[in-house]
Amino acid sequence: MSSNSSMRTPLGRVRGLGSAKSGTGHFWLQRVTAVANVFLTIIFLGVVISLFGKPYAAAVATLSHPLVAILMLLFTLSGAVHMRLGMQVVIEDYVHHEGLKIFAVMANTFFAIAIGAACVFAILKLSFGG
Amino acid sequence: MAETKPIARPLSPHLQIYRWSWTMAMSIAHRVTGSALYAGTVLIAAWLVAAASGAGAYETAQAIAGSFLGRLVLFGYSFALLHHMVGGLRHFVWDMGYGYDPETRMNMAKYSVFVSAGLTILLWIVAYAMR
Repeated sequence: MSSNSSMRTPLGRVRGLGSAKSGTGHFWLQRVTAVANVFLTIIFLGVVISLFGKPYAAAVATLSHPLVAILMLLFTLSGAVHMRLGMQVVIEDYVHHEGLKIFAVMANTFFAIAIGAACVFAILKLSFGG
Repeated sequence: MAETKPIARPLSPHLQIYRWSWTMAMSIAHRVTGSALYAGTVLIAAWLVAAASGAGAYETAQAIAGSFLGRLVLFGYSFALLHHMVGGLRHFVWDMGYGYDPETRMNMAKYSVFVSAGLTILLWIVAYAMR
């Protein structure tokens, strides 16, 4: 390949990141969290079912159990990351106004972090605070 | 020269142009369920925060979830969750390079409805049996 025939700079070719700069990061993290979510969702459903119609004390006892709490933390965090990535794609597909798109993508990040933080706080408080 | 009237053609073919197929419907369903689950995380967060807030808040949350409308929403949410999960498994098959031929594609799309609906019903049977 002659360097004259290419539109790419030598540095760009060496880096090999393409026009999107971050390569396959988004795609790959979506898949990694998807794999985790398959297992964590089944566990989450099991936890919810076991608490169906149970009184408060039983719910706290279950949710504050270290194993349950850790798995619930992983579920909410993996879920928050996965849903942020997924909604970003939806926004980028349907919101064409540049300013609005940036606003929506940012709001999406804030929402995912807020949901994640609320869940983490609640699970930790159940475990440590009572 | 005779002026020919321009025929109104669709400029950008979109959903309303194509004949519905299982793969198209399930692709849309995957996005719709994903978006529903996104909104529904507010309910999961609210439920966990209620549990962390104390007995009163938790019982209020349980009363809302246990109402007819609450159970309807939970049933819909559980179906969305399982449908999105089964749809995701379909994507794993494609990611590994399999299932691209027309027959497999159509069958996977078709079965994803039945499998997720079956799992949802099974889930609720187990939930009520364990209560």
